[in-house]
Amino acid sequence: MAINSRKIKDNIVRGLIYICVGISVALLVGIIVYVLVKGLPAVNWSFLTSVTSVLKGTVGIAGNIVNTLIIILITMLIATPIGVGSAIFLNEYAKPGKLVTIIEFATETLSGIPSIIFGLFGMMFFGEKLGFGYSILTGSFTLIIMVLPLITRNSQEALKTIPKSYRDGAIGLGSGKWHMIRTILIPSAMPGIITGAILAIGRIVGESAALLFTAGSAKLLPKGLEALLDKPFQSGGTLTIQMYLSATSEGDFVTAFGIAVVLLVIVLGINLGTKALTKHFDVTRKD
Amino acid sequence: MSKKAIIEKTAKGIFLICAVIAIFAVCAITFYMFVKGTPALKEVGVFDLLFGNVWKPTASEPSYGILYIILASLVGTAFSILIGVPIALLTAVFLSEMAGKKIGSIVGGAVELLAAIPSVIYGLIGMMVLNPIMYKFEKIIFENDSSHQFTAGANMLSAIIVLAIMILPTVISVSTSSLKAVLDNIRAASFALGATKIQTIFKAVIPSAKSGILTGVVLGIGRALGEAMAINMVAGGAVNIPLPFNSVRTLTTQIVSEMGYASGLHRQVLFTVGLVLFIFIMIVNFILLKARKRGESNGNK
Repeated sequence: MAINSRKIKDNIVRGLIYICVGISVALLVGIIVYVLVKGLPAVNWSFLTSVTSVLKGTVGIAGNIVNTLIIILITMLIATPIGVGSAIFLNEYAKPGKLVTIIEFATETLSGIPSIIFGLFGMMFFGEKLGFGYSILTGSFTLIIMVLPLITRNSQEALKTIPKSYRDGAIGLGSGKWHMIRTILIPSAMPGIITGAILAIGRIVGESAALLFTAGSAKLLPKGLEALLDKPFQSGGTLTIQMYLSATSEGDFVTAFGIAVVLLVIVLGINLGTKALTKHFDVTRKD
Repeated sequence: MSKKAIIEKTAKGIFLICAVIAIFAVCAITFYMFVKGTPALKEVGVFDLLFGNVWKPTASEPSYGILYIILASLVGTAFSILIGVPIALLTAVFLSEMAGKKIGSIVGGAVELLAAIPSVIYGLIGMMVLNPIMYKFEKIIFENDSSHQFTAGANMLSAIIVLAIMILPTVISVSTSSLKAVLDNIRAASFALGATKIQTIFKAVIPSAKSGILTGVVLGIGRALGEAMAINMVAGGAVNIPLPFNSVRTLTTQIVSEMGYASGLHRQVLFTVGLVLFIFIMIVNFILLKARKRGESNGNK
């Protein structure tokens, strides 16, 4: 009798576990299928290469794609060196103590701050105090702070896996510390650094709250090289911002789902790509 | 000093500067949130602002009470945790204790991808799928209630469901790794005493992974409190007492939807809303730090 009721209880719990697993997986599949079904009809060549214009009668997101790319470029160009440099300091120079504790606490805190707060801060500091206004630069500066912890942590993990013998060998051969970092550590940590960078790009692509009040929402394509070079100082809405506006104030769900498809493809591609990358490098390192 | 020594010194200096930027960023954010967030507290009055329940920023006699906004954030977070955490924990149990390698990597991969989906997509799907369902319920429940303001399904309940889904990946991945870190001899000892697999999981493994799971829950709380865009799209656009079928504004959505046009005192009050959110998040961060420390001193992360 006791054993029997135990069995029944076990099976009920088992059933609950399977239901929960089912929910988690079904959510992902459901979201992907729903977005594809609703959005794929809107996605075609002209959607990706033209700008929405009542005059020409076109619907497109080319301007938003360009804005997104510029924001990624500027953010990563600045955030990657800082993040890697910070990881190198923490792992190679700093001795355990107050400073390291404070830096690590700051990095933890940054990664726990929600993006809307970054957005508010970016608007107040970069936009108003430093006078960049609603511009791609303001957005990029805001995102730099946001993705910094991600890059720092991944680079740190990568540096930690490099055997101590690499360092001892280089120093023993008479290399200076900087030379050793440049020629031995950074190349060896490259896969981890790249993984962190790609994850950061994924975060930027999906980000919306931090950009709404910093980078603005303009969606026109810059005309000519000069306009392109001036673009960082102009307002520019990314794909996510345009999707948000399409779905809310503009009420244009066709465009919203079209952008959702593009976002989903990019984000899932990035995720699967980094996974393949880490797997590949794990294998090569073990050999 | 030799040339080499100068290079070494410079390199170290530059790396130090890189590392210190994070500290500067945290200090600058804290500073700005307080400097911009406190003037409205003085002008409106701490009590009237934080505990007032009338939000009419653009009326001729404006009123800036954000009590319902704070409550909506707290209620939304609490209920999304209540719904999300059990689902997440059981999924984590499956991933760590029951799944084979192949199934485990499929489910684990799905959870990771769930984390990668941008919040605006959750919001869009919430608008298109969840809100119409809620509207149907709303029409049935409030059919004969003339005092109810219809929301077309954009309500607190929708926000809670979207949040519960959005915290799943965080809680699942942290709980899974802490369950996996439980030493095998704990499981073996439990089996040896005649416990079944399920009893072992719930009586021995989960208690040993308690602090790690708690860390996951706290991370989930932070995520739910700070989520802005997705719930802004599904929770409606009016400040109301956070009842299931009322349209509500939370701390985050209040900023998202009004910062674009607010000016003067209205804008300053929105900064105060940001400050309140920031303080909540800092409390969560602090608890997280404590939980992590306790986890480390217990020997399992």
